Amino acid sequence: MKALSIRKLQKTYAGGVQALKGIDLDVEAGDFFALLGPNGAGKSTAIGIVCSLVNASSGTVKVFGKDLRGQREEAKSHIGLVPQEINFNQFETVKNILLIQAGYYGIPRREALQRAEQCLKQMDLWDKRDTVSRRLSGGMKRRVMIARALVHAPQLLILDEPTAGVDIEIRRSMWQLMREVNAQGTTIILTTHYLEEAENLCRNIAIIDHGEIIENTDMAGLLTRVHIDHFVLDLAREVDRAPHIDGYQIERFADKILHVGVPKANGLNKLFQGLSEKNIEVLSLKNRTNRLEQLFLDLIDTKAAGDQEFFRAE
Amino acid sequence: MKYAVAFRTIVAKEVRRFTRIWPQTLLPPAVTTSLYFLIFGTLIGKRIGEVNGASYMDYIVPGVILMSVISHSYANVVSSFYSTKFQRNIEELLVSPIPNWVILGGYVSGGIIRGVLVGCVVLLISSFFTDLTVHNVWLSAAVVVLTATLFALAGFINAMFADSFDDISIIPNFILTPLSYLGGVFYSVSMLPEIWQKISLGNPILYMINAFRYGMIGVSDVDVRMALAITCGFIVFFTLFSLFLLHKGVGIKT
Repeated sequence: MKALSIRKLQKTYAGGVQALKGIDLDVEAGDFFALLGPNGAGKSTAIGIVCSLVNASSGTVKVFGKDLRGQREEAKSHIGLVPQEINFNQFETVKNILLIQAGYYGIPRREALQRAEQCLKQMDLWDKRDTVSRRLSGGMKRRVMIARALVHAPQLLILDEPTAGVDIEIRRSMWQLMREVNAQGTTIILTTHYLEEAENLCRNIAIIDHGEIIENTDMAGLLTRVHIDHFVLDLAREVDRAPHIDGYQIERFADKILHVGVPKANGLNKLFQGLSEKNIEVLSLKNRTNRLEQLFLDLIDTKAAGDQEFFRAE
Repeated sequence: MKYAVAFRTIVAKEVRRFTRIWPQTLLPPAVTTSLYFLIFGTLIGKRIGEVNGASYMDYIVPGVILMSVISHSYANVVSSFYSTKFQRNIEELLVSPIPNWVILGGYVSGGIIRGVLVGCVVLLISSFFTDLTVHNVWLSAAVVVLTATLFALAGFINAMFADSFDDISIIPNFILTPLSYLGGVFYSVSMLPEIWQKISLGNPILYMINAFRYGMIGVSDVDVRMALAITCGFIVFFTLFSLFLLHKGVGIKT
């Protein structure tokens, strides 16, 4: 069963900007799916259309088999959205925000109260239930939006940069929460600029750029395509210049820091052996970039280069 | 059933909004209309005498009540719906599975309730100045509800198109208030020169005020059936237009 099925979805804005150029996308029920892309790539437009916030120019969207045009109310009843920006009524109490949302989905008051309590406890917001929402901290506001999106128990939860601007501790707790929600059977579509987040949480991924899907595959398969890992080495002693070791790209970043590109085929042993022979002692090592981040940048760069080739040919 | 819950949710939200800020929404009309009744009705009215067989105070009470109903039913919807757009919590409604007619019905009902409540407040205030006996209760109630409905719809349309807070004050200040004052709140159109009588007949508010005045004191400058037909005609037109705007997402969708 497909939670979301998009076919030939196009959106051209009034100014003539073509935000989506006929994309096709499928998300299986139960999946934790990442939709990534640089700013202005079209991912927010795609999400906006799925959530009925943006009118599509053409194409179809089906949510659990229900057409968003023909079976509008049925399709929408499956969706929960956590938007990028705070959009709840800042003058309402936290509990009322959830109760109103439940009411919009036709949930009777008694049941809505139970669900609101459950969601607020899950988000660790129960003691803030009677607080006017504008008095909450940024992280709490984000959690209110997630609780609001969950109050009608959606089958498809769309998270549009849910952890933007929150500190690492809250982000980690939100990751745990998203995992739990997904484990309970809710399909999740996540957009984020924190690629570590997508790599940690998502099983499948689509990358959108210039209104087109340029990659749509499973996360594990995509990550195997990383051929070079980038590391930062902290050294015991200063080095004047980057040492040369065959098969590795080594740059001197600072007196005691090297940046090293390690091809998967060569591995780390040979690198350490070479450094040892040059009497360079390594104190510690860490990943310089997240693997998905590297791939993402490569894919976007490849696409940009392709576009430039195309324009040159034109 | 689901739609009934959604409808009740919107109406309850709207009523809670204006009752929570009652000093801004329910109290001002009490003060303003007290001044109208004191200055125009009691002080000036004594010198004017009777208008169409009614004392001047009795003559202006229905117009003042309906003027308050008009401005408050309009203001409730235009400010509430625009604020919803401004704060972007309109997205809560757009994402959820609520049909457009339920959204429209919920907001308009909120406007009607505030309009009727304000009407009751003004009626209560008027009872301190005159002993009014209502000529036709059902007609009076029907005109109040229909007028509140019409102007709640007009407020909704204004809010759909509005891009700023300025946009929601232009129509009340420059169209509704002048039309209300020129709609025979404080005078009978028969007191005007003939040319102005004809021009006044193009003012839809004149018909509503006179229909209500007929319901309250049995006096009207226009045919009450025609007044009801015009009001209902505008309601149908504004309802269809509002639904069209919601369907197209004018001002609320990209």
